[in-house]
Amino acid sequence: MRRSGIASFVLWICLTILTLLPVWWMLVVSMRPRVKLYSKSFLIDDLYWDNFLAVLNSSTFLQYLWNSMIVATSNAAMVCALGLLAAFGLSRYKISGGDNVFFWLITNRMAPPAVFLLPLFLLFTKWFVFGDFMLFDTKIGLILLYCVFNLPFAIWLLKGMLDGIPLELDEAARVDGATTSQVLLHVILPLARPGLAVTFILTWIFAWNEYLFAATLTSSAGARTVTTALAEYVSVTGTNWGEMAAMAFLTTLPALIVLGFVQKHIVTGLTFGALKG
Amino acid sequence: MRQSNIGWLFLAPATLILFVIGFIPFIYILYVGFFDWNTNAVDPTLRWAGLQNYRSLVFDTTFLNSLTRTLVFAFFVVVSELLLGYVLARALMADRLWGRQFFRTIHTLPIVVAPIAVGATWRLLCVPGFGIVPYYLKLWFGIDYNIATNSYHAFATAIVMDLWHWTPFVTLSLMAGLTALPKEPLEQAQIDGGNKLQIFWYVIVPMLKPVLLTTVFIRLMDALRSVDEIWMLTKGGPAEATRFIGLHIWINVFPKTDYGYGAAMSLLTLYVTIVLSWLLFVAMTGRKGGAQ
Repeated sequence: MRRSGIASFVLWICLTILTLLPVWWMLVVSMRPRVKLYSKSFLIDDLYWDNFLAVLNSSTFLQYLWNSMIVATSNAAMVCALGLLAAFGLSRYKISGGDNVFFWLITNRMAPPAVFLLPLFLLFTKWFVFGDFMLFDTKIGLILLYCVFNLPFAIWLLKGMLDGIPLELDEAARVDGATTSQVLLHVILPLARPGLAVTFILTWIFAWNEYLFAATLTSSAGARTVTTALAEYVSVTGTNWGEMAAMAFLTTLPALIVLGFVQKHIVTGLTFGALKG
Repeated sequence: MRQSNIGWLFLAPATLILFVIGFIPFIYILYVGFFDWNTNAVDPTLRWAGLQNYRSLVFDTTFLNSLTRTLVFAFFVVVSELLLGYVLARALMADRLWGRQFFRTIHTLPIVVAPIAVGATWRLLCVPGFGIVPYYLKLWFGIDYNIATNSYHAFATAIVMDLWHWTPFVTLSLMAGLTALPKEPLEQAQIDGGNKLQIFWYVIVPMLKPVLLTTVFIRLMDALRSVDEIWMLTKGGPAEATRFIGLHIWINVFPKTDYGYGAAMSLLTLYVTIVLSWLLFVAMTGRKGGAQ
């Protein structure tokens, strides 16, 4: 290895430590019994699992985790399907006013979530009420809601990717007698798969991480998500640092696992004509 | 491209959802902004207020301060993340870097941590008396670092936290953009004898523009919206040092239930965001209005 190679390697080690430090500290604190909490050592002295057990044994945490899983996965699937259709329409057809629609889509993501909170609260509690069913405090409500910021993102990402697929491929298929849906299913879909995977993962993570809407528009264990559990916990108990850290770690873990599986594909997926604006 | 409105058929489901969950609420906000409506007040009914809410906003220093604060924060954060992200992206793509895949994975890690957990974690690190950051800053450098009492420390910590959380996103998309660049113009520029800076500014930046645009757009929007991390870290304090606009609106709308005023505030913020994004769009593409 040349000298500059070693220098950059050392630099990367430092950066890695800096990146890992907050997460590591979270883990360290989560494994400390109450009496040792104020120790300033960076090391895990012994494996102490009680904080984790306390969190996992609390009556609702696992339920919240499950809710998050359902909401994030359904939302990502829905967003990918609708996003692909919309991106296909925008990329392959000349739509009157298409440019404006495209720009309008992204303005949905621009709004601070607080902008939508009040009207959505009313929408969910007063307007969209069908007999006994209302969207407030349901997983379906959250799944639909997360489309506001995920769908524009997905459409922007996917349009860039579809634009990268040569039009000649569609036309060749059409000459062979394929219908539009066949083109979409047998030509576009296979080619867009890496892009779709990336879109799915990113929207899944966004949905998993969302807090403000979930906190305001749900109230019972049947619909609350894991991020609200963490915030609730902090505001109720204040300084039970060990359990708070354990909870923060458990909240992050599923997303970390997802990252571990897909990391290799993220860059390639994004490269795939992605982010072409 | 086919000249046909069949295209709308594909766009319809997405548009419909965004119309119901995005546009109708927006119109409603527009409407509520003209009313005086506070469910905690003595008289909790809607009362027509005309432009009163907006008039008060212009003189509301807490609002204007938190808006300015948010813009300063967003500016700092986006500029530093772009610079840092670019340097890191180049470094992570260098052929001679041994263990590239490992560093990439580690570097991507913060993106997946939920903002709320990021806030909690940084709180663990920085809380006076408990965290290691104040402790070691005092021990090694003699700095009295305290995010609970010193506004500058709190603000700076918010920026550092955001850099930690989102620089990887910028790195990732710039890496994607750089990988996709065609090699010929670069080689051509080298043959023509351009120096590194010239090549960067006249060849790489123009070719990266679409990626840069999307990245800056997404980062700017998210920086202007961020609430959860800050809420967990400092609750907006000390005093109002880290009360960014999203948080300010949320505090006014929900705990205080001042709906009319909150609506006006939200709209003004939204306009500022849209105008900024539009200016940015025009500045970066040289095109006027609309996308593409």
